[in-house]
Amino acid sequence: MKIAVCIKRVPEMDVKFRIAPSGVAVDETGLKFDMSDFDGYAVEFALQTTERLGTGEVVVISLGPDVVQETLRKALSMGVARAVHLKADSVPADGFAIAQALAAELKEGGYDLILFGKHAADTASGTVGLMAAELLGIPMVQACTKLSFADGKGTARREVEGGAEIVAFALPAAASIDEGIARPRYPSLKGIMAAKKKPMDVKPAQLGAARLTIMKLALPPERQAGRIIGEGAATVPELVRLLRDEAKVL
Amino acid sequence: MANILVFAESRGGSVRKVAFELLTAARSVAAGGEVHAILAGAPGIAAQASSLSKFGAVAVLVTEHPSLSAYNAESLAALVSDRAKSGGYRAVLFSASAQGKDLAPRVAARLGVPMAADSLSVAFDGDATVVTHYVYAGKIIATLRLAAIPAVVALRPGAIAAVESSGAGRIESIPPVGDPSTSRVQVTESIRGDSRKLDLSDAPVIVSGGRGLKAAEHFKLVEDLAAAFGNAAVGATRAVTDEGWRPHSDQIGQTGRQVSPDLYVAVGISGAIQHLAGMRTSRTIVAINKDKDAPIFKIADYGIVGDVFEVVPALTAAIKEAKAKG
Repeated sequence: MKIAVCIKRVPEMDVKFRIAPSGVAVDETGLKFDMSDFDGYAVEFALQTTERLGTGEVVVISLGPDVVQETLRKALSMGVARAVHLKADSVPADGFAIAQALAAELKEGGYDLILFGKHAADTASGTVGLMAAELLGIPMVQACTKLSFADGKGTARREVEGGAEIVAFALPAAASIDEGIARPRYPSLKGIMAAKKKPMDVKPAQLGAARLTIMKLALPPERQAGRIIGEGAATVPELVRLLRDEAKVL
Repeated sequence: MANILVFAESRGGSVRKVAFELLTAARSVAAGGEVHAILAGAPGIAAQASSLSKFGAVAVLVTEHPSLSAYNAESLAALVSDRAKSGGYRAVLFSASAQGKDLAPRVAARLGVPMAADSLSVAFDGDATVVTHYVYAGKIIATLRLAAIPAVVALRPGAIAAVESSGAGRIESIPPVGDPSTSRVQVTESIRGDSRKLDLSDAPVIVSGGRGLKAAEHFKLVEDLAAAFGNAAVGATRAVTDEGWRPHSDQIGQTGRQVSPDLYVAVGISGAIQHLAGMRTSRTIVAINKDKDAPIFKIADYGIVGDVFEVVPALTAAIKEAKAKG
């Protein structure tokens, strides 16, 4: 099985972000970057799938400036065979523009399966994979928590409000990966050494026109500062009174 | 004046509340234009159309087919994009629900336009559409400009409260596009949670539990409190779903569900940023935690420092009593 995984380099989220003077980007000073978490699950799942089958190849693709090669290199050190860097000055906010570039690259790749993370940790939009699959004209299953293959067909589980759906689809196909499917392995020292010699194909990204743009970034309005109303079960009557008379939610 | 198309999602033959929220949002931007709703399902779904008229759908376009009883991504993408093209709409609105998150990007790609995902608000500015959307784990709010018509926008469930509107709408039947039974992606089984339980996006109250509950069996405390409210759903933190105490579908947070109920009760939840990203837009937040320095208290309207095993049963009893008094 030949599998492509599209990955994104994003900042780690456990920090206090500052907005850059431009007002339309975050200040990247001091931020640490890594593969977006859902994309990591997708890479791990792809590796496990080819390892289980004993055949096939995993290719990772990332779009952006030269620094995305670090993220691609990490995937190579996990065991991915080769990487494609779609070079662009920056990653546009417009998911359709990105999907067009990815589809142009994926079209001739002969992939049986194209994987994405459910969404990128920074934008949390989750549109690129579905749009790319539409442009390629292949079936797509979004946000899979389980995924298996037999006889050229796939079966997936998707969590939906109040339950789950089991979905059947034909290959070749695309899928995006939700939590719970596979925990990414840590690259071994051997893997890190081997990754240095693995092929990294660099090409210009054929981005579509960007028609979704960032006008402004702002910190969300602060909630009114929290208030501790008391300690222990003795405070319960006061809480009920506040919920009824002040918040009016009872 | 702008005509707006709304995808009115249904499940199990019933229209979901999010459809009414979308109609309310559509009315607010239509500026005298018409709001149309597209409703698709198994034969019989047409009986649900009048509920959409009540929320301001001037036309409800109904498509019935046996293969539309479950969510049929490819068939619905063809149906909605076809109608969006032929109807000359200014915007097509979806809910950022499990269905809408899946469907909206498909429709946008078929129309050759970008889209705005998981938006908190939507407004028109001439030919452009302006939305707000949380980025960076809910720590930053982005104002985005969408320069394409139709504007495809998915709105976060609960971001806009559904408000009824007087007036009757017409109901039109439209055929499916292609044969829905031949879609390459088919739902073969729908697994229902407990049908008596409210879903997180439908519930006005959410009682949510964290690691402070210490073990799966102690979630009974959370369930009992939810039952006392009578209109509450049960949620959980990622730590809890990772432990397997609750199903993954209950997880609230950056990587799980994003909710905005009227009341959110956080039980034994410290308040990691990933969790706050999924619930900070709740109208009123109550936190019960033994650690007075827990970050959850920084955003809780009402905090009680104490042992959840003592405070929660007392609260359950008090809510029962308050509800009994009406």
